[in-house]
Order: sequence, then C-alpha cells, then structure tokens
Amino acid sequence: MQRIITATVQNTSGVLNRITGMLSKRGFNIESITVGTTESPGISKMTFVVAVPDEKKVEQLTKQLNKQIDVMKVNDITEKAIVQRELALIKVGNSSAARAEIQSVIEPFRARVLDVSRDSLIIEVTGKPDKIAALVDLLHPYGIKEMTRTGVTAFPRGKQPGQIQEFSLSI
Amino acid sequence: MMKTQSGTYTRETDQKLMTGADLFIQSLVEADVETVFGYPGGAVLPIYDALHKAQGSFQHILCRHEQGLIHAAEGYARVTGKPGVVIATSGPGATNLITGITDAMMDSLPVVVFTGQVSTAVIGSDAFQEADVIGLTTPITKHNYQVNDIKDLPRIVKEAFHIATTGRKGPVVVDIPKNIAQEITQEEYDTAFKLSGYQPTTKPNPLQIRRLAEQIEAAEKPLLLAGAGIHFADAADELKTFAERHHLPVANTLLGLGSFPGSHELSLGMAGMHGSYCANMAIYECDLLINIGARFDDRLTGSLQHFAPRATIAHIDIDPAEIGKNIETRIPVVSDAKEALLALLATDTKTKDRTTWLMETLTNKKENPFWFKRSDELISPQWLIESIYEKTGGEAIITTDVGQHQMWAAQFYQFDQPHKWVTSGGLGTMGFGLPAAIGAQLGKPEETVIAIVGDGGFQMTMQEMAVLRQYNLPVKVVIVNNEALGMVRQWQETFYEERYSSSLMTDNPDFIKLAEGFGVKGLRVARETEVAAVMEEMLAYDGPVLVDARVQKLDKVFPMVAPGKGNHEMVGVRRCRG
Repeated sequence: MQRIITATVQNTSGVLNRITGMLSKRGFNIESITVGTTESPGISKMTFVVAVPDEKKVEQLTKQLNKQIDVMKVNDITEKAIVQRELALIKVGNSSAARAEIQSVIEPFRARVLDVSRDSLIIEVTGKPDKIAALVDLLHPYGIKEMTRTGVTAFPRGKQPGQIQEFSLSI
Repeated sequence: MMKTQSGTYTRETDQKLMTGADLFIQSLVEADVETVFGYPGGAVLPIYDALHKAQGSFQHILCRHEQGLIHAAEGYARVTGKPGVVIATSGPGATNLITGITDAMMDSLPVVVFTGQVSTAVIGSDAFQEADVIGLTTPITKHNYQVNDIKDLPRIVKEAFHIATTGRKGPVVVDIPKNIAQEITQEEYDTAFKLSGYQPTTKPNPLQIRRLAEQIEAAEKPLLLAGAGIHFADAADELKTFAERHHLPVANTLLGLGSFPGSHELSLGMAGMHGSYCANMAIYECDLLINIGARFDDRLTGSLQHFAPRATIAHIDIDPAEIGKNIETRIPVVSDAKEALLALLATDTKTKDRTTWLMETLTNKKENPFWFKRSDELISPQWLIESIYEKTGGEAIITTDVGQHQMWAAQFYQFDQPHKWVTSGGLGTMGFGLPAAIGAQLGKPEETVIAIVGDGGFQMTMQEMAVLRQYNLPVKVVIVNNEALGMVRQWQETFYEERYSSSLMTDNPDFIKLAEGFGVKGLRVARETEVAAVMEEMLAYDGPVLVDARVQKLDKVFPMVAPGKGNHEMVGVRRCRG
C-alpha cells in the first residue's frame, strides 16, 4: 500500500541524511521525498511517499520518524482529504508536424511549453501523480527524451469531511 | 564572563579570554563529568592542552585503543547510571570508536562521545586524518552534532548530555573541528536548548494502566518479563513489590539480569536462546505477558509464531517504536519503567490466588535447573563460574565478552542486585569485557569487578591490561580458556557437521607471561581441585590479577533454542527429580 507521510523538522545540517539513512537502514521503500522550507524560519517540511506492505510497517515508519531528535511532528495524511501536487518537466522530441498535435494533447492537462528548440520541447505539468502519469503516457508516442519529477508535496485540506481518525502516538 | 575552575587564562590585558577548548572543558565540568576516557591526537591537541590547564577538574583515563575508551565508558555508564564520556581524535581515532558506539546504541547506554575534526576550512578535502564522522555515526547514534560555530559549542555539549541520558538512553557524538577548539573568545553564549522536537514520554497513559490492571485481575497465568529498562529507570524495588503483591513469576532478559533478585522464589532466571527451561516454558504457557523494559530481541523470542502464543501481550517501554515492532501488542504503555510500575502499584488491582500457575512454573524451575557435567580433573567452565559466585558471595560486578563464557556467566552467576551485570547484549561485541571492567571499576572503586572473558575475546582488546597497571585498578580478569572460539565451535559442531573452520585457537599466547609483561599478577589454574585456592588468592590480592583458567574444551552451552525454533522446543534440558 502507498502512504503519504509528512514530517515537520528542524532544519539542521544532516537532518535529511539522518532521516533517509534511517529509512534505508530499516528497509522502507521510498517512492519520493520532497523537502522545503515553511512559513517558520528554521523549520522545514518533508513529504514522503512510501510503499509499505501493511499497517504495522506504517506504524513503525511514523514511530521511527518521530524518534529522530530533529523531527517535530509526523502525520500520515493518506486517509485525509488532501491537496497533493507534483511537478514534472518532460522533454519530448519535436518535429514541426507534431508540434501542434502535442500542444493539443497537453492542453487539457493545463501543461505548458517552457522551451522550444529545433528538435525538442520542454513541457511543464503540475498535478497529482496520476495526472502526470496520464500525460506521460500520452506523450510517449512522440518520444520522451528526458523527464524529471519532483515527487509529491501535500497538505491536508482546510476542512476535513466528518471525523477522520488521525494517527496518534498517545499510547 | 563565565567563571571556570581553572580553564580561563589572561592575556596581557585584563580581559579573560577563552579558547573553544577551554569552553568545552568548562561545559564538561558544568555537566558534572567526573571521569573522561580519552586518547589524544592531532585534531584534539587544543582540547588536551586545555585539559592540561584544567587538571583536577575531572579524571582523565588514557586507554590504549579507542575501542577501549568507548567500552570503558559503556561499563562506567552501566554500573553508575551516569553518562560515559569519551574524547578521541579525528579520522582513525573516531573510526576506532565505531564498534563501541554501535554497541551503546544497541544496548541503550548513555555515552557522550567527543571527536576531534579537521578544521572547517579543509573539511571535505580528504585532509590528513579526516573522516566523515557525522556520516559514519548517523545510523549508530541517538543523535550527533558537528560544531560549526563556537557560539553553539556550550549549548551542543549541554544538549548532548541531555539527549544521551533522557528518554531511551543512547550514544550522542559531538564532532569538534580543530579551529573551533582553537578559536579565542570572551563572550558568554546562550545554552538554552533548541530541542523542540525532543520530548520523551515518561509517564504512562492512565487508560492503558487501567487496561493492564484489568488484565492482571483477569489473568490465570500472568508472567513478568523484566529487561534492562528496569535498570535504567532504577525500578528494581518497585518491580519486586509489584511481583510479590500479585504473585507474578519473573523472567529476565540477558540484559535484565539483576533487575529482579535471581535468588527470589518468583525468579525464573534468564529466558531466551540459552535461557532456563522454566522461563521459556512460562513464556510459552502464560496467558498474560507483561514486558517491562525489554525489546523482544530475536535471541529472546526465538520463532515469533511460537512466542507466547496464548498470551495477551502488554509492553511497557520508554521508546514507542519498540512497541509492536516485533510482537503484536494489545496493551501498549509508553513510559519510564518506574513511573509505570508506580502507577500500577497505585491501582487497586485485586490480588488473585494463582497457586496452580505458580506450582507449575516453580516445579519446572526446581526440576529443570541449569546443569553441567562435573569432571574430577579438568575444570568445568560452568563450575568455574559457580566458584566465582560463591567466593564473591554474588556481590561482584561481572563483565563479560561474548560467547559461551558469557552465557555460562548469565546462567551460573546469580545476580541479586541491579547494576552488577555488564555485558554486550544487542551487538554481541567480543573484546567488551576487559575495557568494560575498567570503566566499571572506575565508576565503583569500592566494589570487586571481575571480567569473565574468553580466550578469543580477550585477545581483541588485551592491550587495555596496561590501563590496569597504570591506574592500579584491582580488576580481576578470568580467562575461561578453552583454546577456541567456543560458541563458533559449538555451532560448527551442531549445525556444520564438526567442520571447525578457523575456530580453534591452539596457539594462544602464554597469558601468564603476557600479564607479567603488563605488570599484572598472573595465575594459572588447570585442575578443579585448585580452583578454590586460586580464586581466593585472586580476590585477596590488592591489585589487578589475570587468571588463565584452562577449562574443558568441548563443553557446550545448554539448554538451547535452535535458530528458527520456538522457545518450548529447547534441546539439552535435563530433568532432575527430587
């Protein structure tokens, strides 16, 4: 199962290394990590997308994250109503014949062309990972030369439908 | 300007100037450090110079290898409950500590390690004696720091001691670049903690305590499993009161030995791979297992599917991540062991008549004790341990290496008091015994400290014998000499059809001459009839002694739960009726 977990951390040198080291030492399979600063100086937020076999492993993951001295808060937001976004840059082969066609393919995805050269186009797309996957799929026939994805960053929505049990360490 | 005992010095002006190294020494004094285990080198020269100026602030013990420092600090921490402090230089000084830091991490020992580092200007350039200490120690420390600004130094030292000694204890490394130690300052720096993410839970959740109390009332066959957490929390008295009040038999983990008196009628002794029949069967049969301060290590549990198959599991641990990690837990209690026991004692849990269950476990205990074959001539290693037990009245601090002698010491030296048993549990580090004994003796100068070591393990850290002489530490070293890596040999005999690949040590040095070379009294004993006299001579001697005890070579540790088997499938259990 795939889980989205966020961690609020003190932005000390080595914090990312400590966390990724712990994840690899304990055999967690990370699909993506994003890290960035927050509204508070010195505080960063990490968003992990991980593949775990069962609930027990998720619990271990959140506990092990919480145990790190620099980690202030851990949330498993998978079950919440969330906003999640990822950005991808995709370089596709460009023949002038295909250019208009590509433009029409990307338009419904609200993707943009950032760079045009004689033999390639760079497309920027933002959205949920499955939206990006769908676009990538459609662009394949035109020849994807290069692609980079940032990984997911996510927030719980301001209003949550009903009562959703938050993962808690109050045991 | 801060005051220091002697670490400040005056330049030609009236202003008192301090180096980063002076500030560091002062921070150690402020942390109430009494003993430091250290070894000088290039990157820590400024620190050693400051130490020289501050002589008398605390005791500095020079071991002979950095592995000796860190194990000594672990031994010190284990018997005193205070943090062990280590100073080593950069590069090889730091890398030589790695085994011991890992050992301290596995066994949750409060150790604070200070390593020198090359100057910040050359970090990352593969400078002479540079090693990436932060990268190397990140997976094996509770936390680590590199000091990149002198103004952070006092705070980081203070935080390091706080982190090492609170919550689940563990090693903290502080890496100090040489230029930071040399920098001159006259400012006073803020030492307020910046640890908003670190708030260990120490008091139990009342709801979980109530659930546990209800389970205790309902249980027909309850069992306590007491681990090292009892030692760390100083909760041995509360554990005894609790066990006695509710008539609960108590099994110990290897590291929990001594947390409940071994001679108590409710004690079932050590459980696990080489544990007692009664302890392992009680785990198999119980309907409520209350684990206090143990982490369900694989050497304890054996095959997980056969571990306490009928029991409701309650787990009291200060580290939430240990709960549910290996064993599914019905009643999780995140707490310091003492706080949890006090909360349980404060409930009005009814005491139940459990005669049948007690009869069953205590009959098992009586009928299936640890056993060994006595010979008339050669020394049985188990009997050697029993002799040490008898001659010391069970009062000594015992340290060990890892292997057969360690298991025999755990089986045949009965610990009635906490903080007397110093062994490498999680990492299983050979060579631990001698340096750990040095640390233990420094921590408890009035007590008898005996290092029970193997001939293999002893040779891994035997250079520390020089420390015994230098500081005249009356440590007694007993080499259980079977001319083999006994446990390796035992597994090769049992599981590899007696192919003794590299496990026999028939060319050991002459340990007596070796002892004499170090200025330590050496005694050899090879016959059972001489053991008592040699033990008496060893204990009576005012100073360090090494005893080369030639034991029967082929003895094996029994009983044993083979790997992959359940605890109830022990082999080598001998029944004695009567």
